[in-house]
Amino acid sequence: MAIDKRKTPEVNAGSMADIAFLLLIFFLVATTMNTDMGINRVLPPWVDEPEKDAPPIKERNLMAVKVNQYGHILLQGDLVELSQVKERVKEFVLNPGNRDDLPEKEMKQIDIIGEYPVSMGVVSLQNDRGTSYEMYINVQNELTRAFNEIRDMVAFNYFGVKFSELDEAKREAVQDAVPLKISEANPKNIGGN
Amino acid sequence: MAVIRKKGSNNVPAISTASLPDVIFMILFFFMTTTSMKETELRVSVSLPSATEIQKLEKKSLVSYIYVGQPLKKYQAKDGTAPRIQLNDSYCTPKDINEFISSERDKLSENDRNSMSVCIKADKYTKMGIITDIKTELRKANALKITYAATQQQGYY
Repeated sequence: MAIDKRKTPEVNAGSMADIAFLLLIFFLVATTMNTDMGINRVLPPWVDEPEKDAPPIKERNLMAVKVNQYGHILLQGDLVELSQVKERVKEFVLNPGNRDDLPEKEMKQIDIIGEYPVSMGVVSLQNDRGTSYEMYINVQNELTRAFNEIRDMVAFNYFGVKFSELDEAKREAVQDAVPLKISEANPKNIGGN
Repeated sequence: MAVIRKKGSNNVPAISTASLPDVIFMILFFFMTTTSMKETELRVSVSLPSATEIQKLEKKSLVSYIYVGQPLKKYQAKDGTAPRIQLNDSYCTPKDINEFISSERDKLSENDRNSMSVCIKADKYTKMGIITDIKTELRKANALKITYAATQQQGYY
């Protein structure tokens, strides 16, 4: 074999890259880019004493959804399954037949859309202390889904696309037309911890 | 132009790959510094409920986390199995939430304080009693934007 006449042989650094790549891949795999997701809600501000002279909400404008510790759902006094909740809420908010026992509508001037009958209905979600969190989230999810589907419908009627595909201004208009009115009433102190 | 070649060196010299490791190391360090490790060590076990209508949390820097669940197995001998609230690195009672929220709020700049939000990461088997206590404390602390953390559910049931 012919030997180079250089004084010191070069150290082979070719495998250095492989080692670095290995480390890089390890870090890429080990660090998770976890994106947190969830259901957004806005709590009502705390008042020390409830105002006595606050105007009471009319009965027709209020839909009471109660979830007890056994996971039973009581909706306006009827025992319903989770899968029925969405349709009932949609019917309540939209009030398609302008029935007397379903919420009133208030004509409001909204940017872009123009005049729109905004429902005055409020969905009130109540739970026991013993209600499981999973059931509570399931019901919250159904309520949100009902409102989202109504928003999709309004967006489709006015703009021809789904709510999620609208731009900021139009989205706000639809949000004004279909406000997410879910009240989280104070739960009853029953059902154990 | 005429190229003058030395005698006996016909082959093209190999491209030096000596700087390749340096480049890769640079990428490696970039990743190591930018990806944040979990800042709090979980002391409760949390398996999130699943839902379909979920949204991404907007700005992570504005979000404070409250964890609720059973203590992890290794802490159960000491702390029992009743669901606990975890703020930062320790177990807390609902009364500590007020202080926690105000300290979290102080960390934010003046402009961001209004858009601060709280993410409740609760185990799906916890009872609502403890969540209600948290919600009451959050309302008292005036932290009204909350998110119930959930995982994406595939399809409908």
